Amino acid sequence: MSDIPADAVRLAQAAPTAHRVRGYWSAVWNRLRYDYVTLLFLALIVLIVLSAIFAPYLAPLDPNKSSMASRLKPILYKSFILGTDEQGRDILSRLIWGGRTSLLMGIAPVFVATIVGGFFGVLAGYAGGKLNSAIMRTMDVFFAFPSVLLAVAISGSLGSGLINQMITLTIVLIPPICRVAETATTQVRTMDFIDAARASGASTASILVRHVLVNVLSPVFVYSSTLVSASILLASGLSFLGLGVSPPTPDWGLMLSTLRQSIYVQPLVCALPGVTILVTSIAFNLVSDGLRQAMDVKA
Amino acid sequence: MTNAMPGTQSAVRPLVEVKDLTVDFVSRDATVRAVNGVSFDVMPGEVLCIIGESGSGKSVTLRSLMRLHPKARTVIAGHMRVGDYDILSLSEKEMNAVRGAAISMVFQEPMTALDPVYTIGEQIAETVMRHERCSRETADKRALELLQMVKVPSPERRLKAYPHELSGGLRQRAMMAVALSCRPTLLLADEPTTALDATVQIQVLIVLRRLQEDFGMGVIFVTHDLGVAAQIADKVAVMYAGRIVEYGTVRDVLLNPKHPYTLGLMASTVNGQKKGEDIDAIPGSPPDLRALPPGCSFAPRCRLADAACEADFPAPVIRAGGHMTRCFKANGEIRPMEAAGIA
Repeated sequence: MSDIPADAVRLAQAAPTAHRVRGYWSAVWNRLRYDYVTLLFLALIVLIVLSAIFAPYLAPLDPNKSSMASRLKPILYKSFILGTDEQGRDILSRLIWGGRTSLLMGIAPVFVATIVGGFFGVLAGYAGGKLNSAIMRTMDVFFAFPSVLLAVAISGSLGSGLINQMITLTIVLIPPICRVAETATTQVRTMDFIDAARASGASTASILVRHVLVNVLSPVFVYSSTLVSASILLASGLSFLGLGVSPPTPDWGLMLSTLRQSIYVQPLVCALPGVTILVTSIAFNLVSDGLRQAMDVKA
Repeated sequence: MTNAMPGTQSAVRPLVEVKDLTVDFVSRDATVRAVNGVSFDVMPGEVLCIIGESGSGKSVTLRSLMRLHPKARTVIAGHMRVGDYDILSLSEKEMNAVRGAAISMVFQEPMTALDPVYTIGEQIAETVMRHERCSRETADKRALELLQMVKVPSPERRLKAYPHELSGGLRQRAMMAVALSCRPTLLLADEPTTALDATVQIQVLIVLRRLQEDFGMGVIFVTHDLGVAAQIADKVAVMYAGRIVEYGTVRDVLLNPKHPYTLGLMASTVNGQKKGEDIDAIPGSPPDLRALPPGCSFAPRCRLADAACEADFPAPVIRAGGHMTRCFKANGEIRPMEAAGIA
């Protein structure tokens, strides 16, 4: 039993074929590099974000300066590259400025909701039992309503305005993120490496932070990124209904709402805010899809 | 229950003493008695193999030694001592100091027992730093030594590798490196070779046995593979339905088994049968642990069982050399072949 053949030990030393050892993020990048669709739309998002950030420098005209003489002009009319709206304001400038509110609406609520929803999801998933039921059933109550209806209801009671709109969106987005985090945590919790960490003397806090959270992060992050486009759409919807930012502020949803009445006068110009919303949300969707595939490198 | 305690070695205090261990899993609808009065000792530097089929309580026994079961749903009773630690009386904080340092564990699935988001080196260093409070550099150096010790080829490179980049055998060795990082006095191995293929299995066993001898560790090794038990064990305990039914030196138990269950296990291995001949499987299936029969738990499947077997659970009988059996029929003269139903 204990007399080990010497060459068996040497056999154990025989090296398997070498392969390049690389980190997680470089593996992700390696996959992303050949995913041209994702890269293209990623570039588009970067472009939209940059144009929103540098709106004061990029916008050719003042977005709020109206002119009664040039209302609802077509594309390429004089200096108005994309035409004008019903008050004679430059559409291109308004679209660039409007990106600020729309992107803020897309990203900020998702960010806050990821932190809050993720926290409750991990807590529910790891604690299990009664705490899990308490948290998840509360989330289910929110799930019972369609998200648009819920957003309208909350927004209606809070009133319009930028901050209220963000709070509304955050509340609407928390339950789905919480559920994803809870599911991921429940899966991770039963994995052997959690037991192994316990067996090597790790405290509950360090298991939660070092092993559970880190493993839950990537599915939650990927899911949250898909919500950015949903959030932009919801925000546009709320603005469209008059529950979002107030009129003079340029906002894609609001622009769509006001230009809707002039759709028979200037169909192309009136469709522009809608097209912008569509392209932006598709871009976010495709990029998050590509990220999900690229980040799923774990065996 | 008194158990096999070899009289010749009583001068040295055993490293592990387990007495009357019972483990109940409590749920809303039923209480499952997974371990039902188990007692055994492990001497320092000794390898005890616990064998038995799935659900016999062998892994549960092992995890109880580290108190890894969920507290809310588990009731552990009895007495467990490892080294100077009385396992059941330690606080959770004291237990955390023992886990991974004095007692450590190797798991069955090397695929899932390593955290996929950290490199092998980080995972070894994490345990070293936790217990020895040393710097990252010292821990990294230690990690490299450990990988060399468990015979991982080109260890410098493997330190920076993620678990998914390694083969099953390498992963299991990395797992062993984590387990051995603080030079434990007791290593618990929960079927560490079951998920590996046969050639890798033997390599891992050889490394394990060598390190066990070098460190003078006590090892409790759970397996359902009799061949593996024969390779590595000094002592063998056979578990059935939460009880140890046979215990003794590897020679006694595997070459001269007395309990009909052990005999049945031996008969059901592939061992020089003619081609096309059926393997002698033990008929029936293990009893429902929620409702154990009053007598011997193996009686319903045993060919030798009679009224006495169904009335009472047999007391342990110890033969020369500490060979213990719990069977009424093993006391009289039964011929092994007859008991296995082969004759």
